[in-house]
Amino acid sequence: MDSLRKKIDKLKPHFVKGGRFEKLQSVFEGFESFMFVPKKVTFKGSHVRDSLDLKRTMIVVIIALIPALLFGAYNTGLQHFRSLGLETGVMQNFWFGFLRILPLIVVSYVVGLGIEFIAAQIRGHEINEGFLVTGMLIPLIVPVDIPLWMLALATAFAVIIGKEVFGGTGMNVLNPALTARAFLFFSYPGWMTGDKVWIEGMIRGQNIIDGFSGATPMALSAAYETDKLPSFMEMFIGTIPGSIGETSTIAILIGAIILIVTGIGSWKIMLSVLAGALGMGLFLNAIAVNPYMELPVYYHFVMGGFAFGTVFMATDPVTASQTETGKWIYGLLIGIFSIIFRVLNPAYPEGVMLAILLMNVFAPLIDYFVIQSNIKRRLRRAGVAINN
Amino acid sequence: MSTLIKLKKGLDIKIAGSPEKIIHSEVHPAFYGVKPVDFPGLVPKLCVKPGNKVMAGTPLFFNKHRPEIKFTSPVSGTVISVTRGERRRLLEVVIEKAGDDYVSFGKSDPETLIRNKIKERLLESGLWPAVRQRPYHIVANPSDIPKALFISGFDTAPLAPDYNFIVDNSSASLFRTGITTLSSLTDGKTHLVLNAGGDTPEILKNVSGVEVSHFSGPHPAGNVGIHIHHLDPVNKGEIVWYVNIQDVFSIGRLFEEGIYKPDRLVALTGSEVIHPQYYKIRSGGSVTPMVRDNVKSGNLRYISGNVLTGSRIEHDGYLGYYDSQITVIPEGDYYEFFGWAKPGINKYSFSKAFASSFFPGKSYRLDTNFHGGERAFVITGQYEKVVPMDIYPMQLLKAILSADIDMMENLGIYEVSEEDFALCEFICPSKTEIQSIVRKGLDLMMKEMS
Repeated sequence: MDSLRKKIDKLKPHFVKGGRFEKLQSVFEGFESFMFVPKKVTFKGSHVRDSLDLKRTMIVVIIALIPALLFGAYNTGLQHFRSLGLETGVMQNFWFGFLRILPLIVVSYVVGLGIEFIAAQIRGHEINEGFLVTGMLIPLIVPVDIPLWMLALATAFAVIIGKEVFGGTGMNVLNPALTARAFLFFSYPGWMTGDKVWIEGMIRGQNIIDGFSGATPMALSAAYETDKLPSFMEMFIGTIPGSIGETSTIAILIGAIILIVTGIGSWKIMLSVLAGALGMGLFLNAIAVNPYMELPVYYHFVMGGFAFGTVFMATDPVTASQTETGKWIYGLLIGIFSIIFRVLNPAYPEGVMLAILLMNVFAPLIDYFVIQSNIKRRLRRAGVAINN
Repeated sequence: MSTLIKLKKGLDIKIAGSPEKIIHSEVHPAFYGVKPVDFPGLVPKLCVKPGNKVMAGTPLFFNKHRPEIKFTSPVSGTVISVTRGERRRLLEVVIEKAGDDYVSFGKSDPETLIRNKIKERLLESGLWPAVRQRPYHIVANPSDIPKALFISGFDTAPLAPDYNFIVDNSSASLFRTGITTLSSLTDGKTHLVLNAGGDTPEILKNVSGVEVSHFSGPHPAGNVGIHIHHLDPVNKGEIVWYVNIQDVFSIGRLFEEGIYKPDRLVALTGSEVIHPQYYKIRSGGSVTPMVRDNVKSGNLRYISGNVLTGSRIEHDGYLGYYDSQITVIPEGDYYEFFGWAKPGINKYSFSKAFASSFFPGKSYRLDTNFHGGERAFVITGQYEKVVPMDIYPMQLLKAILSADIDMMENLGIYEVSEEDFALCEFICPSKTEIQSIVRKGLDLMMKEMS
């Protein structure tokens, strides 16, 4: 590593202010600190610092996403060959799917990081690691056949309008990955909904065998065809049509365990989303007037993007409530709204995305009330003290 | 009746180098330094020049805005240098020790003195700065009358000395006199706060005239700010004073023997110390006799105080006014290849994001590396886990950063000091300079309120 270090030290003067490539300073620093943790030492304040930094934090989230990614690749192949009526092996399915997903990941990272680099240079900041996670989330929540240019456009929209205009990582109101998905959903609904987009090749009119339907459980439910739903187990394992990373509840659960054990993801939010959805689901079951409302509530947990949204989107610390009490309320409301949007508003089969985006907007308000109650407590204490 | 308060929030950092319970024979450094920088917000006015002869108790400088607050020499000898830093900021007044002469402040029983006489004596002797106040965590203003006074009898900071061990059982009378003196400064209660665990020393049992409380829990359970918050919180317009228990003995001595002799037991700690143990030394003493031939080789950081809140000193620097601990740890000025990607068996973290969390019993040789670059606030809910107060740390920090005076007041700025937030700074994955931010907020409030 020493020789590499020496090379970097030799190149460094060109990338500082006044150097030949000063415009690339942020990019250089980004790559340098990616390879080498800087030798910066504490100067004032605490003399020792925790080993955890944002890079590590983000990498843990990415590790937590890997099961969903791997399964997504496998399932993409599986659904594709199923639609053709072919029986194929696990590796063949995986490899096929992997090659289809890879371009999406590359496009998402290249576009997103490119914009981040430019933004960091303009602001004179170091490059923030936030996009490492966003860049992985975006490909996992779109249909596999989404055209690359659409994905690029959505990523650019999410990073620029969703994040950078608010001041960059840490300042954004909406979850950038969901912003990208919402952008696609409302701009190109033909590519984001329906029976054809979820299976590789289907939308291009590829031959499919008779009787195969590419409809997602969400679409079936919204059409009140709940009798055609795959089995609970199938949906739990994830061998069903859907966005790349969202189909397998079990893979997402592994990710959830990683996030909770490491303490990176908020278990409070995950639990309260679950509780909110459970409560609302049971309520709808009780007053059910159509097959969707009758659907057993636990089906909601394995259908569509519920699990993925709960574990990876609702827990985004920047856009969630920042107070611990607020997190309970925020999560509960996401759960409640997810089910309401799903069941009572068939125009938007996927309610979780909209519920999270909605609560992203309200999270600061929730925090405001939590903080106000703390302030009132303090004032009351002062009042008591004066009266004594 | 004593109160027991059990705290759960906080963190005991697993750092190597805790002191053995051995007291080294008394050390007598040749040089002593008094550092105006130990006192936040102080504008010092020098009253000696290099070459001046001083005695223990002779003023070296005083507070320009409150000239009655004097800072005196801990030993007799000659002023040999006055060190200044940027913009001629006074950093250190150094005295070479010679002889053992004390300014006599006269012996008297504090019970027979009126409050103002006691204050005068403390101010003259240089012991007044041992009394500090909330709000702002600064030297107390002698013209105030606090609603309560706290004596802090333990320390939970990393590698901190065990106060049950360092309290001198043979000086019961000094301690009693000190308590009498201090309790006469307030019309309210005098609190003595002790560690709920461990053996309480004889002389701290059944102390009369004070309200004894016990705290248990991880750091910062020993911080006086935490004690005040739970026992008698500071509201707007209220003032609470506090004194470290080692200074109670010095105050007792001032009235019993009439001299300023701030001796104390100090823990020499840290992974780079060969024999971490306790030393008897006078406040301001050079650390040289303690660390000479007693530290490992390499690029080292010497700290007067603990690793969270202590101040950086040279290898021959001086013990700070408020410190009972010296820490020596390795500097961390190295690059680490893909450091963030390694499993991290040897990386200590409050989080569970490293393999080290599989070995909960281990202690670590922590160095001064930042372990990352500074970022915006991203992660939430972490600070709250290490601040055992009904306060929202991140919201308070944001209020300070936006200089929102009303919000700072509403969120409890009067109750906190930088040391209460030191753990937040340690665990912050965005590497925010939290203690500096808190001090900035306190300074701003002081300016606004004066």
